[in-house]
Amino acid sequence: MNLPQPPIISIRNLTKTYAAGEQVLKGIDLDIKQGEILALLGPNGAGKTTLISTICGLVRPTTGTITVGGHDIVKDYRQTRKLVGLVPQELTLGAFDVVVDTVRFSRGLFGLPPDHARVDEILNDLSLLDKKDSIVTRLSGGMKRRVLIAKALAHEPKILFLDEPTAGVDVELRKEMWALVEKLRLSGVTIILTTHYIEEAEEIADRVGVISDGRLLVIDEKQNLMNSLGKKQLVVDLRSPIEQLPESLAGFDVELSEDGYRITYTFDTQGDRTGITTLLQAVNNAGLVLKDLNTSQSSLEDIFVNLVHSDNER
Amino acid sequence: MNVEAIKAIYFNEMRRTRKTLLQSIASPVISTVLYFVVFGSAIGSRIQSVDDVSYGLFIVPGLIMLSLLTQSISNASFGIFFLKFTGSIYEIMSAPVSFFEVVIGFVGAAATKSFIIGTIILATAGFFVELRIAHPFWMLFFLVTTCISFSLLGFIIGLWADNFEKLQLIPLLVITPLVFLGGSFYSVSMLPEFWQKVTLFNPVLYLISGFRWSFFEVSDVSVTVSLVMISVFLLTCLATVYFMFKTGYKLKQ
Ligand SMILES: Nc1ncnc2c1ncn2[C@@H]1O[C@H](COP(=O)(O)OP(=O)(O)O)[C@@H](O)[C@H]1O
Ligand SMILES: [Mg+2]
Repeated sequence: MNLPQPPIISIRNLTKTYAAGEQVLKGIDLDIKQGEILALLGPNGAGKTTLISTICGLVRPTTGTITVGGHDIVKDYRQTRKLVGLVPQELTLGAFDVVVDTVRFSRGLFGLPPDHARVDEILNDLSLLDKKDSIVTRLSGGMKRRVLIAKALAHEPKILFLDEPTAGVDVELRKEMWALVEKLRLSGVTIILTTHYIEEAEEIADRVGVISDGRLLVIDEKQNLMNSLGKKQLVVDLRSPIEQLPESLAGFDVELSEDGYRITYTFDTQGDRTGITTLLQAVNNAGLVLKDLNTSQSSLEDIFVNLVHSDNER
Repeated sequence: MNVEAIKAIYFNEMRRTRKTLLQSIASPVISTVLYFVVFGSAIGSRIQSVDDVSYGLFIVPGLIMLSLLTQSISNASFGIFFLKFTGSIYEIMSAPVSFFEVVIGFVGAAATKSFIIGTIILATAGFFVELRIAHPFWMLFFLVTTCISFSLLGFIIGLWADNFEKLQLIPLLVITPLVFLGGSFYSVSMLPEFWQKVTLFNPVLYLISGFRWSFFEVSDVSVTVSLVMISVFLLTCLATVYFMFKTGYKLKQ
């Protein structure tokens, strides 16, 4: 029998109040599964970087506990930090460092003995081998990001945090980054990334957590999230306009456009019966002639806007 | 203990030093030569020997201390400050290292560099005067302890400073005057009595005096007092670093 694996990261009732300010994390509970790609999605200032920084040891939690690989991040920081690699949001690299030196440094810093062959392998995986002897500050932004990833992977961590890996990166590089994340996942690394691009979460994550104003509003499998929160719409275009909706459609969530040419039916994708057949029959019975028929599904973006919106109204 | 991490930090800092080797060694050597030309030859020939030691020889320990103190502080403070400045300190803060391992790496590297510079200055001085070292062991002891203590102080300054001005403030406004007024180029007994008393509050005096004793067996204050003072200074720096570690001072929010 396969027992369910314990979460690789477990966060309980985490709050953070910076010395100078208000509460930035307002009670986060989160379990991260081994081997998954989790996207933390939220607008700027939501607390994503603070959350990641706390798990990695850069920020002290105000209250709450975090375990990584079953160890407490404060008491057993040596064990937990060996498991974790962090790629920060900002492109922070020392000015005079040579690529290969800075990656070897990272490996040593995390307690591993030097292994030049392994470091070269990591550089190669990131297409950095030919830049091995370059000075980091002379590299392009995309290359710098890769150096930071190489540094984070230098001690072969089980968990990788990517804080806004594609912010300010052009489309091509973004695609490359996604491919890289996929490759890492195949090697068994658990990946947590933050982003404020919905398409990014939609594209690469297994699960998506939505953070707004220091709260984790929802977290679920990407597909479930879209199913439970996503609505589908059926748009019916009519050949000739009508003044008002026929009686037979009264039981449906339908709207008539102002010009009378279009009926929009909104339904949950969750339900067993979507009601489309019944609706179309009713349309037919009312003697309306169809010109066109379309369905659309709300994107994560719509879901996100909805969530954040209703959160603000609370 | 994460020995690999200490090694990584130490050698990373030493590599930085190697890259700027020429300037970090050239400048103290040049200024030493200048001091010898100006104080040792031009002025020194008109000054009588101090405590039976020719003036040129007399200033050697003070000259070494002057460079040792300024170099230790600037090396150690720049190393850690620069990491904060570029933001790359995040990596050390997320690594499985204790604060003390970080301190050993940084301070060890800065102290090593100062030690090398001190030795080079001593060798340079050998070209100008005939050196005598009465107590080589104690000479080495004062040299090493000074390198470590002031590198520690530099590390503290580097952590504390949040801009370049602050980084240079203490070396410029505090250390340099203390060294000059601490008897680097004269014996305290040459001062009027009132100023002799004031000078006793200058911690650098005890360093230079003890160091000079290890060369010529002449000193302004007793060697024991010098040893006690340098130990107190070292312990104070260690305690400060420990306090910073406990509170996550200026690093962890
Ligand atoms: N060091 C700090 N001191 C005080 N407030 C901070 C600090 N870092 C972040 N904040 C505040 O915490 C909130 C969350 O920031 P952050 O975690 O960076 O959000 P995100 O990464 O989602 O954009 C913001 O309001 C920000 O101003
Ligand atoms: Mg952020």
